[in-house]
Amino acid sequence: MSTLEIKDLHVSIETEQGTKEILKGVSLTISSGEKHAIMGPNGSGKSTLAATIAGHPRYEVTSGSITLDGEDVLEMEVDERARAGLFLAMQYPVEVPGVTMTNFLRTAKTAIDGEAPKIRTWTKDVKEAMAKLKIDADFANRNVNEGFSGGEKKRVEILQLELFKPKIAVLDETDSGLDIDALRVVSEGVNRAHAENNMGTLLITHYTRILNYIKPDYVHVFVDGKVAEQGGPELADELEANGYDRFLAAAA
Amino acid sequence: MTEQIQKAEEALRSTDDPGVIQEILDNNPELKGLGNYEYGWSDPDVAGASAKRGLDASVVEDISAKKGEPEWMLKLRKKGLKYFERKPLPTWGADLSEIDFDQIKYFVRSTEKQAQTWEDLPEDIRNTYEKLGIPEAERERLVAGVAAQYESEVVYHQIREDLEAQGVIFMDTDTALKEHPEFFEEYFGSVIPVGDNKFAALNTAVWSGGSFVYVPKGVHVEIPLQAYFRINTENMGQFERTLIIADEDSYVHYIEGCTAPIYNTDSLHSAVVEIVVKKNARVRYTTIQNWSTNVYNLVTKRAVVDAGGTMEWIDGNIGSKVTMKYPAVYLTGEHAKGETLSVAFAGEGQHQDTGSKMVHMAPNTSSSIVSKSVARSGGRASYRGLVQVNPEAKSSANSVVCDALLVDTISKTDTYPYIDIREDDVTLGHEATVSKVSEDQLFYLMSRGLAEDEAMAMIVRGFIEPIARELPMEYALELNRLIELQMEGSVG
Repeated sequence: MSTLEIKDLHVSIETEQGTKEILKGVSLTISSGEKHAIMGPNGSGKSTLAATIAGHPRYEVTSGSITLDGEDVLEMEVDERARAGLFLAMQYPVEVPGVTMTNFLRTAKTAIDGEAPKIRTWTKDVKEAMAKLKIDADFANRNVNEGFSGGEKKRVEILQLELFKPKIAVLDETDSGLDIDALRVVSEGVNRAHAENNMGTLLITHYTRILNYIKPDYVHVFVDGKVAEQGGPELADELEANGYDRFLAAAA
Repeated sequence: MTEQIQKAEEALRSTDDPGVIQEILDNNPELKGLGNYEYGWSDPDVAGASAKRGLDASVVEDISAKKGEPEWMLKLRKKGLKYFERKPLPTWGADLSEIDFDQIKYFVRSTEKQAQTWEDLPEDIRNTYEKLGIPEAERERLVAGVAAQYESEVVYHQIREDLEAQGVIFMDTDTALKEHPEFFEEYFGSVIPVGDNKFAALNTAVWSGGSFVYVPKGVHVEIPLQAYFRINTENMGQFERTLIIADEDSYVHYIEGCTAPIYNTDSLHSAVVEIVVKKNARVRYTTIQNWSTNVYNLVTKRAVVDAGGTMEWIDGNIGSKVTMKYPAVYLTGEHAKGETLSVAFAGEGQHQDTGSKMVHMAPNTSSSIVSKSVARSGGRASYRGLVQVNPEAKSSANSVVCDALLVDTISKTDTYPYIDIREDDVTLGHEATVSKVSEDQLFYLMSRGLAEDEAMAMIVRGFIEPIARELPMEYALELNRLIELQMEGSVG
């Protein structure tokens, strides 16, 4: 049982116009087995929250805390967070020329687990996970994200999610740019990770579409760097019907 | 070598999965000698202590006399000395002003006779080679023959019998001069004339050791020929001379690897490599130099290629204080081809001034240069290349691609692409990129659990992968290991 606890988090970035506060006091608690959806309009700070949890150097935490099972996440380097059991499926996964997926996956798995996976079972695990996500076998020999389509990149993020078995995963707009078939395949991957690893998930999205496949236990509406309202899955239905206007009006 | 190690070596060769390779290496630490030279050690030095410092005619005469050379070689050496003294230090490239030629020993003889077998070698020399991993390599079936150069003279040499049966000659240059003088009278200095440049002249004056290879007509040497070079005497210059002749329709791959232990004062390495590629022959020459960072590595390498022939230089520069090296191909016959793949690492205090030279002298010749460089910790990586197309070299084609990667903001890279075209009917392409390791790339890899230096090493390895994949297995492993060493402590 793991718990990621975010308390009164304030985050700023440096812009050409000076320091800008993006997150203005976010509190959230995500435990193993739970699915949380964060929904909100563009620019509300959803992706900033994701990147801050993972430790991107561009984002500065000015106050508040993030802990994983009581350990101070903000004190950890980016790689230490990964090894502690956090995973971020990125909105824009980057290309790493000259490094094959096979090499990358194995190196990362070794780094996260602190020991190399057994060759035989690992190769089998990778093959099976790729097949389930409908990733062509020859992707193993391709360079990390190089020349992948948007949808292929997202599948490969979920492939990592399944193979690395994090305690808590943050999915940053994993649904954007996916057609309906890809959305289903990717969602099934996330659901498998839940079922098999009792993972906790923070799902960030604009659209309710993905919530038809990944049923959230909690929905948080994110507006102007804060959680404006929390509720169960019914909140997503309301957003689908009425949009964000009610919350935007309240924030303004 | 135990059976277990042999098995592990076989396993190593049957995979290209870096993870598997690492696991095998972790389980068999003995094998790491294959790919990992720990620099910084040296053996007690007996021979070098008495060697004379500085250069004059008596040193040249002494070298020639000790080797029992023919009169014409002594004359040529003296000519080289004259040119060396007359020519100014080149000032167009790296800074060479700190070389103190009077402090260098120009000839050191470490054993009187050449050893015939491994056991014949003196113990301290054997120890040195043990550390370099030569016993493993020597026993490797893939290694055709090992010419191991210890100090100035080749002391150990073996060639596989099947090569001899094919008529292939592979021996140290000193012995070859005695046993096959006809090749030397015809080819020695024919590719790189004695007065070509100051350091080629110096090499001609004091050369010692190096490899001689002759591949007869139509013979394909399927396994690479290897030689290892080391400098083991403080302030000792190493001036090996290599001559390779590939007769018509033949093929050979020659591999040269260099390391040197670290010393307090500067060392000089100034080699000359001449290659003759006859009609429809193909020669590949692979170098990974990893000199310690006080060595001036000033090397002249050139090939002449006859009609339909192919010359390929694969050139890795990791160590040295200063390297100036521009492997050249003179395309003298129709449809001749030249190719250079070059990779350079410049770390703290290092200047890698490398590139290539392609000279098109006949119609329908083609050449390509791919250069990749990585600079970190204030190092400087320069690409310097010349593409020359002579009149009448119609329908010739050349392409140059140079990519530079900067790991931090204090390192430097520069590009000097010279082009001299005297013919209208040519196709040329030039691409150059400079990239920095991006924050987002590092973040992505670190968010997958890789420490910052591991992430950096992975990005750098990926960057040079197009060249690494052209290397034989153990060299690719060595290169990867060296990159990791280079990247350790390069961040944070």
